[in-house]
This record gives sequence, structure tokens and C-alpha cells, in this order.
Amino acid sequence: MRRGHLTIFACTDPETLSGLNWLICYLTTGKHLLFYAAFGTVLLLLAITAPAAMAFGFGGAMAARSRIAPLRWFGKGYIAVVRGVPDIAFFLFFVIALDQGIEYVRHKIKCPDWDQPVRQGSDFLVCQAAKMPLGNSPQWVHESYGFALAVLTFAIVFGAFAANVLFGAMAAVPRGQVETAEAYGMTSRQTFWRITVPQMWIYALPGLGNLWMVLIKATPLLFLLGVEDIVYWARELGAAKTPRFTDYPHPDWRMWYFLALLVFYLAFTRVSEIVLARLTRRLSYGQATAGGEAMRRAQA
Amino acid sequence: MKLILTAAALAVAATGAWADAHGKTIRMGTEGAYPPYNFLNDAGEVDGFEREVGDELCARAELTCEWVTNEWDSIIPNLTSGNYDTIIAGMSITDEREEVIDFTQNYFPPAASAYAAMSGDADLTGGVVAAQTSTIQAGYVAESGATLLEFATYDETVAAVRNGEADAVFADKDALVPTVEESGGEMVFVGDDVPLGGGIGLGLRESDDELREKFDVAIQSMKDDGSLNELIVKWFGDDAKVFE
Repeated sequence: MRRGHLTIFACTDPETLSGLNWLICYLTTGKHLLFYAAFGTVLLLLAITAPAAMAFGFGGAMAARSRIAPLRWFGKGYIAVVRGVPDIAFFLFFVIALDQGIEYVRHKIKCPDWDQPVRQGSDFLVCQAAKMPLGNSPQWVHESYGFALAVLTFAIVFGAFAANVLFGAMAAVPRGQVETAEAYGMTSRQTFWRITVPQMWIYALPGLGNLWMVLIKATPLLFLLGVEDIVYWARELGAAKTPRFTDYPHPDWRMWYFLALLVFYLAFTRVSEIVLARLTRRLSYGQATAGGEAMRRAQA
Repeated sequence: MKLILTAAALAVAATGAWADAHGKTIRMGTEGAYPPYNFLNDAGEVDGFEREVGDELCARAELTCEWVTNEWDSIIPNLTSGNYDTIIAGMSITDEREEVIDFTQNYFPPAASAYAAMSGDADLTGGVVAAQTSTIQAGYVAESGATLLEFATYDETVAAVRNGEADAVFADKDALVPTVEESGGEMVFVGDDVPLGGGIGLGLRESDDELREKFDVAIQSMKDDGSLNELIVKWFGDDAKVFE
């Protein structure tokens, strides 16, 4: 029986392959699939973090504007502290502190009759039942937990910046708009939700757009939190490989892998810029801003 | 609603009880970037000498084990904070590390470290020497008079020599041997071998005496029946130092 022209080659014996076939096999090793999956991790992180950070930001801005003093102090304090601490320091501190904090609380609840101290020298010890995740959980649970901690940390950090942006945007809504609402007899709550919030977005957008770009570029920090992201895999895959430990030996290819990351980030931020530009147009429509006025004139 | 909460609470309590009653999965922490000790194979799984030793030790000690990777730089802090239960990552037993964690008896005999460079006349005491951060080799270079250039991974230390950033790299000789041999004559060993450290052991939290004893017994049994030496020869070649 003769095979057709379309030869199906197997990746079982890479040494016999060359050129494109070798490359196809190389780029589909299990390790590369993990690399591709890591892109999904980054996108998932962004998809969850962005709305979460907006929620933190909105809450923070509302708290900072509050007429209740303690709430206002809390909001202003949150913005000031998180904005003032280097991201990396916050990431390293907060994730460890949060993790140990959760375990400590669970330890107190689940193992009330534990007689040993939690801190022994440099060890942090809680009973097995308080472990987060449990020691016998499969690896994916550990990874998801780490990912969730990362999302929360990102949301808190970027939420503080978003809070500051939204706080400024709320204050930038023309006083005349608010005054008119008051003249119509709206309560301050109605004024806030019906006048201030719908109109503030155009003032917030440049700031929020910046934050989004910074957030995209900050995703390699995941690596710092122990999540195996695209930077980790690029470094691991790019490193020189000797034939003894792989079927696909190659010299130092880190440059090419990092170049791929560069292209990915550049393409992603470019798409974001286009979307943000469209959004700006849309939000300017009918607004009492120079941008809105220019659109009105163009139409008239 | 109340019923759901009660059920959830029961479920939580049940998993807790199960965890303490049935022992736990031992999480083996390794670096995955230090062949032949440990590395990630093409499938992305932990492989190497330590993978085989670790799996055999777990089988002998009747433990369920799971492999996880962690950056070398933070491998000790993440052990003490409980992210995994052992370090099995080519870590030499040293007094400095003994202050923070405990080691089992060695499963790899005290071995030599060596310099590798692009030429035979590299300046080892006055030049720039690359070594991996927080290793005994980095400590040795710092005191040798050479300028120490530290990197997070072994791969990067070798890359630094290849692109001329460093005059030589100083690492475990057993890690360097494949690198030098497969370089096609580009890289050579320079100077004399330097014996460092007290062999390689499993790192454990100081409070985990029970687990350490289990591993100690398992390592001893692998030493006694010669299976440990077989694995050493398999991964490090016939010239490798074995246990007497």
C-alpha cells in the first residue's frame, strides 16, 4: 500500500525530521502547549482583574467623597497608601500576608485545641485542616488559588489608581450640571447616579485608558507571584538545550521567545488603543466638553 | 438557604477531618532548571535524577507525592511558609542553610564544583565569574577575588559566558559536564575542581522531624541496596562519584 502525497509525519523521532516538519513538532511539544495556555492565563487575568479593579476604584472614589468622616478617611487612606507603595513591594508583601492571614484565621476556627505556636523560628505552621488549599488538593487547586490571590492583589493595586481617576472625574463634571439637577429637586443620591456618574466617564477615560495599558504591561508580575506565565515559559523554552535532556536541542533562543512576547504585547496594546479611541468618541457625544462641542459643530 | 449553609459547613468540616486522618500529599518542591538533577522535559513535566530518586523515596516511605516547581531564589522561603513540604533541587547541605531549614542525610555525595569558560586562559581570580544566586558557588566566587555576576537560573549563567558578559561560569561540575561536552569544543573546563558542600540532601522545615526521619530511612535503604548508586551512574555517567 502506498501512502499519498500528504505524508503524515510522526513526532516520535524528531532527529530524523528537518526544516518545517521539525519546527511543527518542536512547537507542539507539551511544554509549548503549556506556553500557549499561559497566554490564556494572562488574558483571563486581565478579563477578571479589569472589572474587579473598576469595582474597587468606584468604591474607593465613593468612599473618598463620602460625607461620613471615617468612610472618607478610609477611602483617602486606601488611595494614598496603595498608590504610594511600589507595586513589586506591595505584591510580595501582600500575597504572603494575605495567604498567611487566611490560614491563621482558618487555623483558629478549625483547630482550637492546637497547642503549638504558629510561628516556630522561620516556619509558619498551621494544622493540616487550615491549610489553604488543603495539602492533599490536586495541583490545579493550588494553581487556581495562587491565581485568585494574584487577581485580588492586582485589583487592589489598580483599584487605588482607578479610585483616584474616578474621584477626579466625578469632581470634573461641570458644576452647572449638578446645580441644575439640584434646582429640579433631585436628592444628592439622585444627582450622583443620574447626573454625575453618566457624565464623568469622558473625564475618567484618559486616566482609565492609561491604567488599562499599564495593567496589560504589568501582567508579567504574575511570574513574581509564582504563577507560571508567558515570561516564565519564554525563559524556560528559550534557554539553550543540550541533546541529552531533550529531543529538540537548540542554542540560546531566548531572544526569539522574548521577541514573540514583545509582538504579543505590542499587538494587544495597539488593539486597546483603537478601542479606547472609539470609546472616547462615543462618550464625547453630546457632552459639554471641547470634544463634544467639536462633534456637535461637525454635525451642524 | 440555611440548609445549604449547613451542608456547606459539613462539607468543609468533612474535608478537614479527612485531611488530618488520611495523611496528606507530600509536595516536592524543585527548580526544574538544573539538568541533570532536575529539569522540565519536552512534555513540561519534572524529570531528571531527582525526579527518579524522589519518586522511589516516596514509594519506599509509602507517601503520596506531587511535584511542583518554584524559582530557586525563593525556594527556601516558600518551603518555610508551607507552599510545599520538601526541597529536592540539587541543594547542597551547608551550615548557613541548616540554620533555616533541616536536611535529610545526603542522597548525592559531596561533589566538586568547576569553572567552565570559552578559552583555557580565562582569569578565574581577577576576572568576571558567573554563578547562580544563593548557591554555595556564588559564595565561593565572592570570596575568590573575582567579580561575581549572579543570575537567577543556571541557564543564564552559561549564556553569560557564551555572550562574553562573564569570563567563566562556576557551578556544580555534574551540571556543567553535559553543557561543556555538548558545546562542540566551544566551552572548556578551566582550573582545578573545587570540592564544596556536604553533598545534596532533601530540605525540610525544621518542625517536620517525622517526615525527615521517613526520608532518612528511605534514603538509607536506597544506599544499602545500591539502587541510589545505579541512578547516580544512570544520570551522571560512569565517572560520577558514588556512595561507597
